[in-house]
Amino acid sequence: MKYSNLYFLGILLMLLVSTGVKAQDKDLLDLVDTDKPKKEVVKNAFKSIRVINGHSMEFLSPGTMDFRILHRFGQMNIPNTFGGFDQASMRIGLDFGVTRYLQFGFGRSTFKKEYDGYIKLAPVRQSTGHHAFPATIALVGGITLNSLPYADLTIHNYFSSRLAYYGQMIIGRKFSEGITLQVTPTIVHNNIVPLASQPNDIYAVGFGGRLKMSKRTAFTWDYFYVINGLQKDANNVPLNYNPLSIGVDIETGGHVFQLHVSNSAGMNERAFITETTGNWEKFDVRFGFNLSRIFQISHKK
Amino acid sequence: MKLSILLVAALSIVSVSNAQKFFTKTGKISFDATAPKSPENIDGVNKNSICVIDTKTGDIQFSVLMKGFEFERALMMEHFNENYVESDKFNKTTFKGTITNNESINYSKDGVYPAKVKGKLDMHGQSKDLETEGKIIVKAGKVEVSANFIAQFDDFKIVIPQLVADKVAKFAKIVVDCTLDPLAK
Repeated sequence: MKYSNLYFLGILLMLLVSTGVKAQDKDLLDLVDTDKPKKEVVKNAFKSIRVINGHSMEFLSPGTMDFRILHRFGQMNIPNTFGGFDQASMRIGLDFGVTRYLQFGFGRSTFKKEYDGYIKLAPVRQSTGHHAFPATIALVGGITLNSLPYADLTIHNYFSSRLAYYGQMIIGRKFSEGITLQVTPTIVHNNIVPLASQPNDIYAVGFGGRLKMSKRTAFTWDYFYVINGLQKDANNVPLNYNPLSIGVDIETGGHVFQLHVSNSAGMNERAFITETTGNWEKFDVRFGFNLSRIFQISHKK
Repeated sequence: MKLSILLVAALSIVSVSNAQKFFTKTGKISFDATAPKSPENIDGVNKNSICVIDTKTGDIQFSVLMKGFEFERALMMEHFNENYVESDKFNKTTFKGTITNNESINYSKDGVYPAKVKGKLDMHGQSKDLETEGKIIVKAGKVEVSANFIAQFDDFKIVIPQLVADKVAKFAKIVVDCTLDPLAK
């Protein structure tokens, strides 16, 4: 082939290419929209920061405060109590979103007049795009303070005996818009326990999930398997059980309502992991609700 | 040899002057869907809207990432993305249209030119024809595009539940304000 032919071919090719560009001009956006998808944290794995009782893999948005009012009514199977509504135990709490990876909160429960506080931190959150990660891994450290009068005034009581601690790891994934599951290995440390036979360190593994039923409602469940903390009395009758809660989340725009039934009355980790006294088999369950209202407390700009 | 280089050079010059395009990746598009008696404002702004204009053909296109809308309240942003526009499913809103009176706009001369735009708005998986009037302001080699129009949520299958109907309107007033730079190449 002669060189001149080659040049001719080259020029022809150039022409073809330039007309090719012309044809693509119709979609102007392709010319500039070349950015790769950015890293994006997967949001709304749960409607709320608690599955029901336990912490969820969800975090509050930075600059928001969650005002939470929790109620647990009496056992439904106690006669003449209107299904347990005659009595109620509650926790009132505030939670704060600091960054997308950091949140803290505190609350106060009527049960044992107990105060509690925690810090929740996520080293990694489930994300898509650049540097995507398939799951959220979060760590929670919490403390509870029993403020009842000392049970035995004849001995020297230490303040530390009022305290208990818990540590938790949350491994969760939003599998799809509808399904979220999480596992939460937990350790609860009681500084003091009633009987010498009881362990101070109690290990448990929590499981929680959500199944979205519509845009604004979801079915939720929350279970903790207590590995070494279940106690029995002298007659071999169990004193406490694994907490299981089943509920529905309803989002109304301003509020999230979490309605549920549970065999647990406790509303902090120490209480519901180590002191759940209801037996599901005997239907020792209670109706309860969590009411959450989120306030924006810091503004951008 | 020399001839062909000359030819190629000539061709490339021609194509440069042919495709006089302007673009931005930091255009501002805001919306307001506040119901008449709402106690709070339902509005958001996206400051990273993409806009491209081909001054030769009058083609004008926009692309907006739904997750890029900023709100005064984080919860509003969450609800916007999760419940209304479903950003995980429909991540972008695009508009592809033409300036119908393009010949009356002189992009090389500073001035304010009224512009009529006709095209298709794609949002929430729905496509809708749209016609609106705006302004094209040519100033110091830049092109500013401004327009506002109304999008009915019904047209885009965005459902506003009765529960929030006193706060969220049935339509959004959309304001476009983009300043475009010349696109190299």
